[in-house]
Amino acid sequence: MEPGDRDQRSTNTVVEVGDLRMRYGSHEVLTGVDFEVRRGEVVALLGPNGAGKTTTIEILEGFRTRSSGRVTVLGEDPAQAGEAWRARTGVVLQSWRDHPRWTPRRLLAHLGGFYAPYGTRETPRPFDVEELIGLVGLGSHADRRIVTLSGGQRRRLDVAVGIVGRPELLFLDEPTAGFDPHARREFHDLVHRLSDLDGTTILLTTHNLDEAERLADRILILANGTIVADGSADQLARQVAGAAEVRWRAGGEAFVHATQDATAFVRELLARGGDDVTDLEVRRVSLEDTYMSLVHGQAGAAEPSGAALELVG
Amino acid sequence: MTSVGAHAVGLGLRRGWYEFAQSLRSAQDQGFYLFTGLVALGYLVLNRDDRVAGTGLLEPTVTLPSLLGAFVVFGAVVGPGYALAMAREDGTLLRYKTAPHGLLAYFTGQLVTQALAVVPQLLVLLVPSFLLFDVMAGGADGWLTLAWVLALGLLATLPIGMIIGALVPSTQRMGTWGMLPILVLTGISGILFPVQELWGWVQVVAQAFPTYWIGLGMRSAFLPDAAAALEIGGSWRTAQTVLVLSAWAVVGALLTPIVLRRMARRQSGSQVERARQAAVQWIR
Repeated sequence: MEPGDRDQRSTNTVVEVGDLRMRYGSHEVLTGVDFEVRRGEVVALLGPNGAGKTTTIEILEGFRTRSSGRVTVLGEDPAQAGEAWRARTGVVLQSWRDHPRWTPRRLLAHLGGFYAPYGTRETPRPFDVEELIGLVGLGSHADRRIVTLSGGQRRRLDVAVGIVGRPELLFLDEPTAGFDPHARREFHDLVHRLSDLDGTTILLTTHNLDEAERLADRILILANGTIVADGSADQLARQVAGAAEVRWRAGGEAFVHATQDATAFVRELLARGGDDVTDLEVRRVSLEDTYMSLVHGQAGAAEPSGAALELVG
Repeated sequence: MTSVGAHAVGLGLRRGWYEFAQSLRSAQDQGFYLFTGLVALGYLVLNRDDRVAGTGLLEPTVTLPSLLGAFVVFGAVVGPGYALAMAREDGTLLRYKTAPHGLLAYFTGQLVTQALAVVPQLLVLLVPSFLLFDVMAGGADGWLTLAWVLALGLLATLPIGMIIGALVPSTQRMGTWGMLPILVLTGISGILFPVQELWGWVQVVAQAFPTYWIGLGMRSAFLPDAAAALEIGGSWRTAQTVLVLSAWAVVGALLTPIVLRRMARRQSGSQVERARQAAVQWIR
């Protein structure tokens, strides 16, 4: 088969995972994970540390062999997929410290070279290096030795390397760990640009709720080795108790009511209670509330409250 | 090999050359070349007036070729050993694993870089020795012999370095896994004193490894034929040198891809992350 042939056979499901299990000795890290990622989606795999996010993404990347279950990524089983499949994926990790003596420009040109045989008329590969440097905002640093880059610049280079082959699917594993808020904001803008640019499908892991909410079209919450929730930030919030909380005071007493339809409830409340109702307050359930309730509502969830979570409002 | 594979090998050759060029420009690497060269040169200078018993030859004349042989082995084993161990820990290897046919290119590049790196290492010792002592008795034939001993010696020893680099648990352990065995082998391989001075079984061990034969081949290149009297059997044993070094090269060429593939399969982001954390925590 000619490299690139498979590009034409695009289907709408990019990732398909069914009853995925992973055991290390007697310890079962993944106890049956099911989800799908469709073409062009940005999906966040969210969960506390140790929930199995990295294990899951490494199985999808083809870097780890699963114990059992069905996994299809871009139409192939990553455990068996070859180099042509590899050319259609991109990987960005948090721990890379490689090529300290190279310059970003040189490294991108070199690594881009591997994708040249996989280019097609619709998807010329690799990415033009100049364009790529501009896209990730490394312009003034492109000719510095990589060892001299800051953490945020380094990660932007990692993203540039991840997409130099114009991947159909990009994996981002904890992409903003250790970033300051400014670098994090810039990185989020970059991910939005990527997903708009080529319609690249992006699967990222994070333990940062704010990040998941900002970046992802859809959030998968992984807890205790299984997906406990799957939906947009709004849908997830609605799955729990009610979408909103209404608080008010009447006759010297404080009241709280959770409801799916705050407007209707308040209309009725005012109609019935009249002038007696004071201090009326409607608060939407935040993703954070949802997350806490989902992760800790799980049977056997032993995670100490909030200890392993990064809660950024 | 497919054309895509050949394309990757081409990228690997270019990578190898570029890494070598960078190493030449790096103060850290220049310092290493100079330091090892100067230590060896110092040893020769200190013994410059000693005559080797049984010949009219001076100590530096006899020892220089053996030291060059030891440098070849040291560079070809310890060099890739460290490079590979580091590539596993800093994510270089994983980076190439994520590119189509990337590992093929990485290993090609590594062989090129490490083979080229032996050249400045030898020159640092050879050039001043050439000016200070009378070292080359063999003329053009001698240089030709030097060339093939160097080439065959690299083919025999580079795979050993790659395999050690693939198996060593961490860069910090390269001392025990790489340096120590090489220093022991150098000690018993007739580099600084004739191997015949050691017990019989040690001589057998020494002759099973490439260090002895590369040293012998180097001496055959530099020394007059009469000096062969100092060797085991009173001969340069050229045919045996070719045979032993070729055997190591063939076994290495067969074994190395298997070991490297096994190692590369285990590479993942969490492994690199563990290595990063281990590097931060030296004492446990």
